[in-house]
Amino acid sequence: MPHATLLVIPAYREASRVGDVVREVAALGLPLDVLVVDDGSPDGTADEARAAGALVVSHAFNLGYGSALHTGYCYAVRSGYQRVLQMDADGQHEAAMLQNLLAALDAGADVALGSRYLDGQPPRASLARRAGTRLFAWIASRWTGVRITDPTSGFQGLSARAVHLLANDGFPEDYPDTDVLVGHARAGMRLVEVPVRMHERRGGLSMHRGARIAYYGYKMLVTLLLLPVRRPTPLRNRDSVARFP
Amino acid sequence: MIGALAAFAASAASAPAPELQPLPGRQQAVAIGLAAAVLLLVIELVRRRKLREEYSWLWVSTALLLIVLAIDQDLLVWLSGWIGVASPVSTLFFGASVFLLALVLQFSVRLSRLTHRHRTLAQRLALLEDEVQRLRAGAGQAGAAPPRRTEPGRDEVA
Repeated sequence: MPHATLLVIPAYREASRVGDVVREVAALGLPLDVLVVDDGSPDGTADEARAAGALVVSHAFNLGYGSALHTGYCYAVRSGYQRVLQMDADGQHEAAMLQNLLAALDAGADVALGSRYLDGQPPRASLARRAGTRLFAWIASRWTGVRITDPTSGFQGLSARAVHLLANDGFPEDYPDTDVLVGHARAGMRLVEVPVRMHERRGGLSMHRGARIAYYGYKMLVTLLLLPVRRPTPLRNRDSVARFP
Repeated sequence: MIGALAAFAASAASAPAPELQPLPGRQQAVAIGLAAAVLLLVIELVRRRKLREEYSWLWVSTALLLIVLAIDQDLLVWLSGWIGVASPVSTLFFGASVFLLALVLQFSVRLSRLTHRHRTLAQRLALLEDEVQRLRAGAGQAGAAPPRRTEPGRDEVA
């Protein structure tokens, strides 16, 4: 294993964009390995990522964004990586900002959350999306005790113990945002928000669209309300993804 | 379902304890016949191994309960009085509804468990495929790419 840091890029139907993202990261010359988790894409996403020089693991069929991330965490644990960065495959996250996340981890953070709202111009978003962001930012700030402005950000850095927590505990398979942040805080992880620049989508479909926004709100509220009393994950320790021979 | 429950609630509220009559013969025959048919069908499905025993017990319970209630009129009338329905036939509906609710809930629980398991299996498979490719490459053989799925994502997570 050449590096101690793994950059996880979950990708679904991003064949036209994931290659550029991987090459942009490689051009920075950061000390990290790049893993693209192809979430069962039918469009050659895995081949594009491999051609761009990334490590690739592929789900046999689509499992959802959170599961792709979780597979990445488990890969990192199994391969002995010390830290994990994560960014989206659609080009929204500016590769140069990875340095900010690494710096925050170096400074002792367990979770470095890249926020598009801390400085500069956040990308445009629909009214429902903005209202939801405000609501969940408020909830996340209240429950974590840290000022959170961008709870839905998938642009993150994680320390070894944060990665181990996520790999071995229950991890939401569809929209892992506010609930995961609150879970981190409850487990005693040090959360830090880091200002990052984000672009608008270069195409493709947002996870947050149409009726899914309503489901997102419902799911997040149920998860958050049950968080204090819920068992960590179904059938824990009997079928771990991270640890098996 | 909802309608039956609402009717049940309404009849329970408006009933000034009327004299409960046993089922008319035709209703009794239809109820027994239907429940017996369901019971036979379920047993046949289990015999042909098209239905697992673990999923059959709620069906068998429902059918047996309906048969017992339809045959034993005293029990049915007593139970109707206890629940507070106006007509004993409502008790049959109510009993069947409760069992069907339990059945559907059982399916939802099993589905959630299966979802978790098939997700875990797919994740392990992805990691193992990667390791197999590395091992093959390390052994000096050309690592064959895993078979690619070609149809679009029908089973996308909501």
